Amino acid sequence: MSETPAIELRKINKSFGPVHANKDIDLVVKKGSIHGIIGENGAGKSTLMSILYGFYNADDGDILVDGRTVTISDSKHAIALGIGMVHQHFMLVDNFSVLENVVLGAEDSGLLAGGLARAKRELKRLEEEYELRVDPEALIQDLPVGLQQRVEILKALYRSAEVLILDEPTGVLTPAEADHLFKILNVLKDEGKTILLITHKLREIMAVTDTVSVMRRGEMVATRETAGTTMEELAELMVGRSVLLRVDKKPAEPGAPVLEVENLTVTDKRGVQAVKDVSFTVRAGEIVGIAGVSGNGQSELLETLAGIRKATSGKLKINGETIDLGASTLDAADMRDKNMGHVPEDRHRMGLINSFAEYENSILGYHRDPAYSKGLLMDLAVIRKNAVAEIEKYDIRPPNPMLKTASFSGGNQQKIVLAREIERDPQVLLVGQPTRGVDIGAIEFIHRRLVELRDAGKGILLVSVELDEIRGLSDRVLVMFDGRIVGERGADADEGDLGLLMAGVDDTHSAPAEGGVQ
Amino acid sequence: MFETLILILDSTVRLSTPLLLACLAGLYSERSGIVDIGLEGKMLGAAFAAGAVAYITANAWIGLLAGIAVSVGLGLLHGFASITNRGNQIVSGVAINFLAAGLTALLGQTWFRQGGRTPPLPEGGRFREIVWPFAEEIREVPVIGPIYSELLSAHNILVYIAFLAVPITWWVLFRTRFGLRLRAVGENPAAVDTAGISVTWLRYRAVIACGILCGVAGSYLSIAQSSGFIREMTAGKGFIALAALIFAKWKPANAMFACLLFGFLDATAIRLQGQAIPGIGEIPVQFFQALPYILTVILLAGFIGKAIPPKAAGVPYLKERS
Repeated sequence: MSETPAIELRKINKSFGPVHANKDIDLVVKKGSIHGIIGENGAGKSTLMSILYGFYNADDGDILVDGRTVTISDSKHAIALGIGMVHQHFMLVDNFSVLENVVLGAEDSGLLAGGLARAKRELKRLEEEYELRVDPEALIQDLPVGLQQRVEILKALYRSAEVLILDEPTGVLTPAEADHLFKILNVLKDEGKTILLITHKLREIMAVTDTVSVMRRGEMVATRETAGTTMEELAELMVGRSVLLRVDKKPAEPGAPVLEVENLTVTDKRGVQAVKDVSFTVRAGEIVGIAGVSGNGQSELLETLAGIRKATSGKLKINGETIDLGASTLDAADMRDKNMGHVPEDRHRMGLINSFAEYENSILGYHRDPAYSKGLLMDLAVIRKNAVAEIEKYDIRPPNPMLKTASFSGGNQQKIVLAREIERDPQVLLVGQPTRGVDIGAIEFIHRRLVELRDAGKGILLVSVELDEIRGLSDRVLVMFDGRIVGERGADADEGDLGLLMAGVDDTHSAPAEGGVQ
Repeated sequence: MFETLILILDSTVRLSTPLLLACLAGLYSERSGIVDIGLEGKMLGAAFAAGAVAYITANAWIGLLAGIAVSVGLGLLHGFASITNRGNQIVSGVAINFLAAGLTALLGQTWFRQGGRTPPLPEGGRFREIVWPFAEEIREVPVIGPIYSELLSAHNILVYIAFLAVPITWWVLFRTRFGLRLRAVGENPAAVDTAGISVTWLRYRAVIACGILCGVAGSYLSIAQSSGFIREMTAGKGFIALAALIFAKWKPANAMFACLLFGFLDATAIRLQGQAIPGIGEIPVQFFQALPYILTVILLAGFIGKAIPPKAAGVPYLKERS
């Protein structure tokens, strides 16, 4: 007979208004195992885990911890039951030290001194036991994200968590940091801890879990032994139909250069050089991918080319016209006029106005186009007709141009932005994080559209922190580190090789690039 | 010259006291993430309650308690609006200011019929100066004498409470569990919530602490500094305290220095009123009155360091729906 499971959920239900986020969820998590929960955005994974952690209360259903039925009405109960959680957005106080963050909520007594001293000793012990090294006096805001996450794990262990829930833990990590995290998880497992890993990345599930449960639209659709399943099967279970994981494309046939960047340097608000002397070319009919860990100058590069950010110096050649970016006063509208489309990295902040209707968003940035106006007024009939055509062509759901974009899912929002930019027939398309927060089905669609655009002879500059996406789509890959382009690889770039470049190790010179490695 | 300086400094201490109390009050509230623009209203309400009750009971301490009670009550109202109902904290604070200004005038007139004033306090209704031992004996000693007997001695108890509250606040904030949680909830309430601590209860406690200190500040005006309440007697002190709080970057010791500076400007203005300064002429008193605000604006514009408020200040906490 098998031992009692660490966690057992029976018939858990949770609704938010009309949205049934969790429907009759059953889940059994074996003690001392790494259990993955996979599903698309909005499948209900995070809701389920928040119920387990006491952040939300289930409408009905039972939670069993170590075989005993419990009620977890708030996080305090969860912590007392030995459940710890590492949230997707870290629950840390930025201007507190590591020690203060660990102690917060577990101070021992009204005065801090005793608790802090105990925490310091305990951190030392945990550091030795699990190889979780971090300076207890360092301020969170000074730590890289990988270490911040470590602090979250330490917080849970300090509260003697036996079950550790990690919600999309690798979203902010470099491949190397993610590997390190998996090592830590395995050490924790060997020490008898139970781990629940929530992710939408199939690769991670295959790499680290023992068992995997798949959620789709609020329901638990399957549970498999990881060793006995495949990525394809899991993807199909997630989406409910078979999906193409690899991007299907012919080799590129690059033509003449359409976008040439020379010696571009960009200084950010703090006076730090974010982009340092970057030069590259994008040709017609090719996708050039820019890989790199978030925060290495890609965003600034993209924004500068799109005309949103001012360059310090550098030249830009587009459609044969040379622009001195250091001296130019071109803004985003001017760049669009030069036949350059832009799908910004953050659709909520830059791509859409979510309180506007879909049809209004469908001309954002192109609203000055005379085609959309009658004298001083907008030509609503034309705009709506246009929006309806795009909705149909890009399979945007629900197909209603009058709806606010806030009510569309992430994938459909992204399609709205993409449709707007692609349908204006740009010569060059700048694309940032096209599939961030987008479900697998929509990812497939977006990737196909980008490849089609390329095959139509347009140049695409793709910035993404998803290495799989870069490798799958790009015909050439440029790697950015610390504001510079530190390497170029072909379409067949090796993942490990790119990972090293992204971490600042320049293998062609067999010496660490400027900035070094940690 | 030295005597003049001592006199100015002495009145600096007196004028800084209500600012300091209100500033520390705001510090507790804002460190917890609740912006409190209602300091002015709470002070005014407290000043009126203290003045009225001290007149009736002829007991300054009971007056002080009444002041604190009214101020805490207004604080809880602010808490109910901004913590429980997640309302806009600025709007709630402004409403409290209007409420206090209107009610004190109305009730003052209805009860005492002296144009909104409370009658002069009877014996025992006012906090008296506490003269330190030997103050008279060493008054004549050069330098130390005046400092001891004018500057340090001969203030009422609330002055000493205000300045004692500075190290106590620092200690509470940085050495106790409550302080750690208070600072955390003003920076990232979600971190506090997920640590199993009630954000709501924590913020209510901060608002109560704010109410208590504001109550003392208001009472000081009507039953320590003066002998009775007059209409609009706070005269913008709550706003200056708020400016001082920004100026102090939400730190207790800085708050004391900021309030002393603003108090000093006030004292200087009173001293220089109607006097011509050689070479400059007469400086209008409004110039000094405006200086605290001007200095704060200069600070905010980034000329003197940088004032970074608690990150979650002014933002109602709502568990996010995933």
